[in-house]
Amino acid sequence: MSERILDIQNLSVTFGGLHALKDLNFHVDEGEIVGVIGPNGAGKTTFFNMISGMVTPTSGDILFEGESLIGLDPNQVTQRGISRTFQNVRLFANMTILENVMVSQHCRTKQGVWGALFNTPAFKKEEAEIRAHAEKVLGFFGTRLIGYRLEQPASVLSYANRRRLEIARAMATSPRLLLLDEPVAGMNPKESAELTGLIGKLRSEWGFTIVMIEHDMNVVRDVSDRVVCLDHGETLAQGSFDEVSNDPEVIEAYLGRPLEKQK
Amino acid sequence: MSDINANVLATEAAETIEDLAESASGLFNDVDRDRVVRYGSYLAMALVFVSLVGMAVGLDGRQILFWINPDVYVNHPDGQGLSLGDVALWMWPLLLGWAATNEVVLEGMQARVRGVSDLVTGFLVGALGGLGISFLTFLMSVDREINPENGVPAYGARDPLVNWNEQLYIMLTFNRGWTFALWAWPLLAGLLAMVGASFRVMSDPIRKAITAALISVLSVSVFQFLVDDLLEGVGETIADPGRISNFFESDPSLGRPRVDSAFDPLIDFLYAKTGGLRLEGVILVAVVAAALSLVASYLVRGRVKQARQAYFDRPLAERTRSSALLMVGVALALLIVPFFTGSIINELLANVGIFLLLALGLNIVVGLAGILDLGYVAFFAVGGYTTAVLTSAGRGESWPSWVPLLVDEGEPVVGGWLIALVLVMVFAGLTGLLIGAPVIRMRGDYLAIVTLGFGEIIRLLFLSDWLKGYFGGAQGITNIEGADFGPIGTVTGVEPRSVFYLVAVFAAIAIYVSWRLERSRLGRAWMAIREDESVAEAMGINTVNMKLMAFVVGAVLASFAGAIFSAKVGSIFPTSFLILVSIIILVVVIVGGMGNIMGVIAGSLVLIGVLGGPKQPGLLQEFSEYKLLIYGVLLVWMMLQRPEGLVPNVRRSRELHQEEFLQDAWLKGEVDTDDEGDDVATEVAPA
Amino acid sequence: MTTAVRAKGAPRTGVDWFLLVMRVGLIAFIVIGLLGFVAQQIDPTNAWATWRHGDEGAARLSWAQFQGLVVTGLSQGAMYGLIALGYSMVYGVLGFINFAHGEVFMIAAFTGFIMSTKFDQAGWWDSGAFIPAMLFTIVVATIVATIVAVVMERVAYRPLRGSPRLIPLITSIGVSFFLQNAVILLFGPGAKGYAPFPDWLDKDRINIWQIGESDTGVPEYLLSVENKKLLVIVVAAISMAGLWYFVERTKTGKAMRAVAEDKEIASLMGIDVDRTIVTTFAVGGAMAGIAGILWGILFKSVIATTGFLPGIKAFTAAVVGGVGNLGGAMAGGVSLGGAEALAPLMVLDPWGIEGPSQLRDAVVFTLLILVLLVKPTGLFGERLSSEDRA
Repeated sequence: MSERILDIQNLSVTFGGLHALKDLNFHVDEGEIVGVIGPNGAGKTTFFNMISGMVTPTSGDILFEGESLIGLDPNQVTQRGISRTFQNVRLFANMTILENVMVSQHCRTKQGVWGALFNTPAFKKEEAEIRAHAEKVLGFFGTRLIGYRLEQPASVLSYANRRRLEIARAMATSPRLLLLDEPVAGMNPKESAELTGLIGKLRSEWGFTIVMIEHDMNVVRDVSDRVVCLDHGETLAQGSFDEVSNDPEVIEAYLGRPLEKQK
Repeated sequence: MSDINANVLATEAAETIEDLAESASGLFNDVDRDRVVRYGSYLAMALVFVSLVGMAVGLDGRQILFWINPDVYVNHPDGQGLSLGDVALWMWPLLLGWAATNEVVLEGMQARVRGVSDLVTGFLVGALGGLGISFLTFLMSVDREINPENGVPAYGARDPLVNWNEQLYIMLTFNRGWTFALWAWPLLAGLLAMVGASFRVMSDPIRKAITAALISVLSVSVFQFLVDDLLEGVGETIADPGRISNFFESDPSLGRPRVDSAFDPLIDFLYAKTGGLRLEGVILVAVVAAALSLVASYLVRGRVKQARQAYFDRPLAERTRSSALLMVGVALALLIVPFFTGSIINELLANVGIFLLLALGLNIVVGLAGILDLGYVAFFAVGGYTTAVLTSAGRGESWPSWVPLLVDEGEPVVGGWLIALVLVMVFAGLTGLLIGAPVIRMRGDYLAIVTLGFGEIIRLLFLSDWLKGYFGGAQGITNIEGADFGPIGTVTGVEPRSVFYLVAVFAAIAIYVSWRLERSRLGRAWMAIREDESVAEAMGINTVNMKLMAFVVGAVLASFAGAIFSAKVGSIFPTSFLILVSIIILVVVIVGGMGNIMGVIAGSLVLIGVLGGPKQPGLLQEFSEYKLLIYGVLLVWMMLQRPEGLVPNVRRSRELHQEEFLQDAWLKGEVDTDDEGDDVATEVAPA
Repeated sequence: MTTAVRAKGAPRTGVDWFLLVMRVGLIAFIVIGLLGFVAQQIDPTNAWATWRHGDEGAARLSWAQFQGLVVTGLSQGAMYGLIALGYSMVYGVLGFINFAHGEVFMIAAFTGFIMSTKFDQAGWWDSGAFIPAMLFTIVVATIVATIVAVVMERVAYRPLRGSPRLIPLITSIGVSFFLQNAVILLFGPGAKGYAPFPDWLDKDRINIWQIGESDTGVPEYLLSVENKKLLVIVVAAISMAGLWYFVERTKTGKAMRAVAEDKEIASLMGIDVDRTIVTTFAVGGAMAGIAGILWGILFKSVIATTGFLPGIKAFTAAVVGGVGNLGGAMAGGVSLGGAEALAPLMVLDPWGIEGPSQLRDAVVFTLLILVLLVKPTGLFGERLSSEDRA
């Protein structure tokens, strides 16, 4: 039985008179994979920033599992169970791969100064758990991010692996809802096909609900249960991939208006 | 290996002969003229600057070694040896001659064979620099007017330039008039710079041996006081082990007859009675150092590298354990030192300890969490004043009677200092929150200035007439009792050794705290915040709380230093807490290496121990006038040349040299460029 | 780039509450102080005054004292404003606080001292040649300050372009330390007195509209300004106008604004970024040079640490006015100077704080904290490049 995990009601935001999002209504059910598409500048990333608490909406409400997220700091949003990746990969480049994933378990752990100072059994146990969980998460991507790589700084990774590490880092916060911002951007077809499969597994094996911004229509088609198309801060269409991709307004937004209609 | 070396030597020799065979005009073709002019003017500027700030003359009084036997030629007119002032001048041609012939060897490029052209470059640089001093002496001679009545020379430019005087003129002209300086300086500086450049031409082991000899002679002569004190202490203890029993109570050098020891002849052999290394001493030290270095080059060669590699190949946990063991060893060695040294060295070590404690605290704030706190001295002040208020009968009269006074009839209460320490922690933590909360969300550089402002506000409040009834205004609080630990003893400034041990305990605590925190969840969160604050927040880290926590931990460590400081000095004044102190602690952290505990320890030993703290003299007491200048130069130089510090933190240096690091990693094949190959591996391995 | 924008809503965390209390508390402290001041001007023995000061009540501030404080505040503020321009421009263009800018100012004041004593020895200073000598002094001090600023940029800051934010700041602290101590060692640690200025500049006043006489028969005026303070204000205003013209109307000024907005794009548009940055330092240095001479005229002596506090205060002025905003820097300087001169007597004294003028510097820093707490972008708004706004 599906249940609304994320419910967005009349969400608007303006930056100095510019409507980045206008009256957005949108919901995600538990266990769904929703693809968000739309041309550049449609407000997709702003939409993510708003859910994750980095931008405060001008009006409207965001309900996560029935509770409003408005006014929460990004870390509190993550604490509630929403995690995200960034469009322009933003790893902690000088921390090791293992540390990148360990540090994002911060809000799920609680040992403080005393535990660290006296190396209490609880502290040791928690550290071991953090490490085990990190390795488990990294193991999700095969052998790429584990083994000798664990102790290497994130900056030596290839572009595709950096994207994978970003996803791993977001997974490690143990979210219920995962926001992926262009997860396959810059990957070659083979890599993106592989990652598409992994995104499916994120739901089936890890139980995440996923909202994904993506330009690669193959990926969107393959994994999304539902697709939302945004343009100029407004929802153009919602529904299955086929419905949305055949929607005349969507085609218009991507390809432009036919000449005779422009009057 | 030595075969190759011989080959290199042979080619070098051949090259040298070829070079010599070339005509004089051909010789100069290899010399980079721009470089000569550039480094020559640097040298001239350095020499003139050192002369005019008074370093040359000011340090001339400290003789550090003798060319001739000073006991025989007591009143030799000049040139009997080398003074610290001479070193301050003459080291520049040597260093810049070396620097001017530096060449960056690029990957995959054939390194140019070193030869005569390097020597010529060196000489020209030195000569050009020497001309600077020639010009200076010429200007001085023009400005010099001898009063016909009493024969005393007077200078017009003396008015603004305080060091533009007869002593400088005499020193720079070797008392032979400016015409002598005119040719002598370019020649001498040129030769010295040529020596500096010749280091590039030498083969590796020889260069190392000569460098080792030079450095050893310089250190043994400059640090005469330390060497003397240590040898004497060790020698006397061997001769009279009964001294040990007295150690924990008082300074052995006080009120004890001097005992002849086995090291006395060595000391007399090395040092002249007037101070400075004797010629025989110079030769001994140089020969021993050079021999050791040669032995090291030929026997150990290559093995050090192997050992290092083997060490780094071992797993991380094992490495941590062995470095921890190493640290404990070093700490134990340090703990024994005060047994053998006199009160001056112990006082110095105690100062180093106090600044180490401060630097460790600041290291958590700046090095780990990346918050540039320029008002760090505020917490030092809060610690000092809180202790003073609680343990001094001389505190202001306005305190209500319920504020405890842990003094009993002019005697410190046993354990009173520890009780005060608890309150110190509480107040420092609260001050940390009070200062931290408003600044924590500001941009990094605004934060720096605002914390600086807070530091000043706190000092101004302690200084003000308004709160004079509490903190004594400019007169401060005096008569602070020492820390009485009952049977263990009392720590007061009179016995620097006791202060040293108290400081050592707290420094150990601080090291432990930093070490544990760095390797915990908190340390990782601080690192993440330093790297990218907004992403760290998006990954669920409460950045405000975490940064506040770093601030408070740093504040508490600084307040410990304050508590020890007030027990040590026995009186406390607002002038002990100038912004200067914050900046010197920052220099210690940065020069040592931000984010690295070993670096901070090295930084405080080298800077506070050798140069001295803001008001505390270091080993080089002659430098007290110039140390702030040197701190400034060091700070700039470190930032430009080695921002990661003397002992770098791996991660921090990666951050500061991102591009070079990636280049190196690429050359070593560590960067995965793209993963077609990897893909195969993953497809085979079940995901 | 996504940047975290904070909600302007109710406080949520403990820290927010604490900050709210701090803001309200500071503002309440100031407002109550000001009200107390008004009350004690009306009746020095009112209830508040006798509570804070004891039975004899507070001291009333006479009009002559008050307007004297205002003029002092304005003249010092104008000086701070001139120094602040340098901070503001460099922050706008390079995004770091040039901590050593105060030392440029100090070196100019020192140059002024040297020139004045040398002119004095030559017999020009107290003769009819004073004005050309003074003008020459100003020119030389400005040139020296410009050179120091430019060399500083070349040696210490240019190699650090593009390094992490705090590195140039730390470097500038080192530069400041170095310059200060080099001056101490070169010229000695003591205070250096300028050669005495002629009376018409140093002692004479312009008096406007006599409003009465004091008990001892000294006439009191509505406005009585010392000539030197008036000169300082006028010179500062002229320099500011010149700078404004330079930045807003000339080609170089346009290039400066473009570089401040975005260095990369500016260089793509054919602007020589390095040269523009050097110009920025030079212009800032020249302003500090003029300010240095004004300091000499106002205080007649200079010491190696002269640059430090005015430097920090000028930076505060730049922040108060809004960093990167030139008009703001000047306005910030004037309001800071005014606050520094007036707040001890108008806010602290009504609270019964003894020796309020000792806390003058604390007032400045508190003002900085208050501005950053209440309006972090300054009174007139920041003008920073996009990467510095984060």
